[in-house]
Amino acid sequence: MQTLKDPRIAKDLVAASATPLVLAILDDSESYGYAILKRIDELSGGAMEWTDGMLYPLLHRLDRLGYVEAKWDAEPGGRRRRYYTITAAGREALTEQRRQWEIVSGALNNAWRSFQSSNAIPSAAGA
Amino acid sequence: MEATFEPGIETQIREWRTYLLRRKTIQPTDVDELEDHLRSEMNELGAVGLSGDESFLVAIKRMGGLNELSREFARERSSRLWKQLVLAGGSARERSRELYAELLVTTLIALAAALAFKAPAAFGYNPFRDSSGGGSVVDAATSFYLRNASLIALPFLVGYLAWQRRLPLKRLAMLALPFVVAAVLVNTFPFDRGGDTELLVAIHVPIVLWLVAGVTYLGGEWRAGTSRMEFIRFTGEWFIYYALIAFGGGVLCALTLGVFEAIGIDAQVFISSWVLPCGAVGAVVVVAWLVEAKQSVIENMAPVLTGVFTPLFALMLVSAIVGMAVTGNFIQADRDVLILFDVLLVLVVGLVLYSISARDAAATPTLLDAVQLVLVASALLIDLFALTSMLSRISDFGFTPNRAAGLGLNLVLLVNLGWTAWLEFAFIRGKRPFANLERWQTAYVPVYAAWAVAVVVIFPPAFGFS
Repeated sequence: MQTLKDPRIAKDLVAASATPLVLAILDDSESYGYAILKRIDELSGGAMEWTDGMLYPLLHRLDRLGYVEAKWDAEPGGRRRRYYTITAAGREALTEQRRQWEIVSGALNNAWRSFQSSNAIPSAAGA
Repeated sequence: MEATFEPGIETQIREWRTYLLRRKTIQPTDVDELEDHLRSEMNELGAVGLSGDESFLVAIKRMGGLNELSREFARERSSRLWKQLVLAGGSARERSRELYAELLVTTLIALAAALAFKAPAAFGYNPFRDSSGGGSVVDAATSFYLRNASLIALPFLVGYLAWQRRLPLKRLAMLALPFVVAAVLVNTFPFDRGGDTELLVAIHVPIVLWLVAGVTYLGGEWRAGTSRMEFIRFTGEWFIYYALIAFGGGVLCALTLGVFEAIGIDAQVFISSWVLPCGAVGAVVVVAWLVEAKQSVIENMAPVLTGVFTPLFALMLVSAIVGMAVTGNFIQADRDVLILFDVLLVLVVGLVLYSISARDAAATPTLLDAVQLVLVASALLIDLFALTSMLSRISDFGFTPNRAAGLGLNLVLLVNLGWTAWLEFAFIRGKRPFANLERWQTAYVPVYAAWAVAVVVIFPPAFGFS
């Protein structure tokens, strides 16, 4: 059973972390839309819920900015599929995003420490 | 992975595709990609035991709302955002009522602009009568209109755009400020009538005010590069439409003259003092409305026009260079040379801007990009020749207002094109994304504004209003 609280992550947080997540996944290997979403699902243990369609405008934006490259490939079934690869500029952007996120998460961690002492935290919400 | 589902489901997928395609912001390739996603999802759902119908419904649901999706695509390709805004919501009837109201307001504003433009004639400023003086000397009325034409016409455009964008009054007051300042300067400077500085101001005031109209067009959000691109696109389309309408208007006037002459009525005065000036000013607003309302028509025209003229101009410039090399004749620095080359550079910058604004930024380099690079590079080369010969002339004869303005403009454009050529080169070699070129052009717009302001504000006193 799930707890009463919604285990999903707030929309704003999902949106903010979308770009680094997608870039990081593509940094691992080239991929296509559906597989990227599966991977995000895996990485977040299902807690980061995307509206599936929204990934595609994001991928287009990354393409326009030159962070990823898209190419169509025939897939065994005969249907065409669009694959995305990260570019050098994309890696650069990823590094920069990572630096920023580390600062944010570091700051949060420091803030939690004082928070923790006054509030008991329910043990990590394991599914 | 199997590729097909039961026939009934396939029909549903097809219907879903057509439905998506009707959204103008989602392009066929996007739909292909989304369909691939939908099918992958359905396969997976089918594998855990859902029926075809069920998995279709779940997959569609997970895909998210179409409105949201198409808005997101539109935001990404913000050039097409307006369509969604226009088409989203409201019944056909409501929309037609809105369109009707818009048409009415546009017409009223255009009429007001035309009347305001003729208002000074009531106080004796009427240069449109033609044929009265006949001399080449600029009389007081012509001089007044030279300096003030854009100051009378463009506030109505700004007003129209502000109405369309529902701009708050406070912002509108800010936008009115440049108009007031320009009006004061232009009418208090003691110009020599018909002098160079007066003419230069007459040319540059409209540029400054047009950029102010641009800020209005963007609803005050002029800082973002993407939105500036919107305004550049608007400018280009406005220009095409205006040229088309001016051409049509010219034909109409000529025919009117002919027909009335045939029945023994002289329509000359009516046309030259009413139809032409009122039409020209009213069209400024009407064309702005047309560009907004009929954008999709021009969107198809812009790439075609650049596609036709970029190679032609490139060919012309390359043959000019070949001609210089073969004959050994270099550019002779006479009076008009600098103006000619300024016009050339303005044209090349215009072509570059137009093709950038009409281009899908995500596309890969094409042959047209290479041709454009040839165009820009040869324009640069020729302009360098013109500049060197012009500089020697200036060092011999000193600066006049015209020479200074010509030289300044030339340098402003030269810097732009130089860096454009470099970015284009890098783009073709795959070193930089196209977006860099776009960003450079949008970032450069304030330079034009600054230069035009300098010509209007600094030049007249600096050259003694001659």
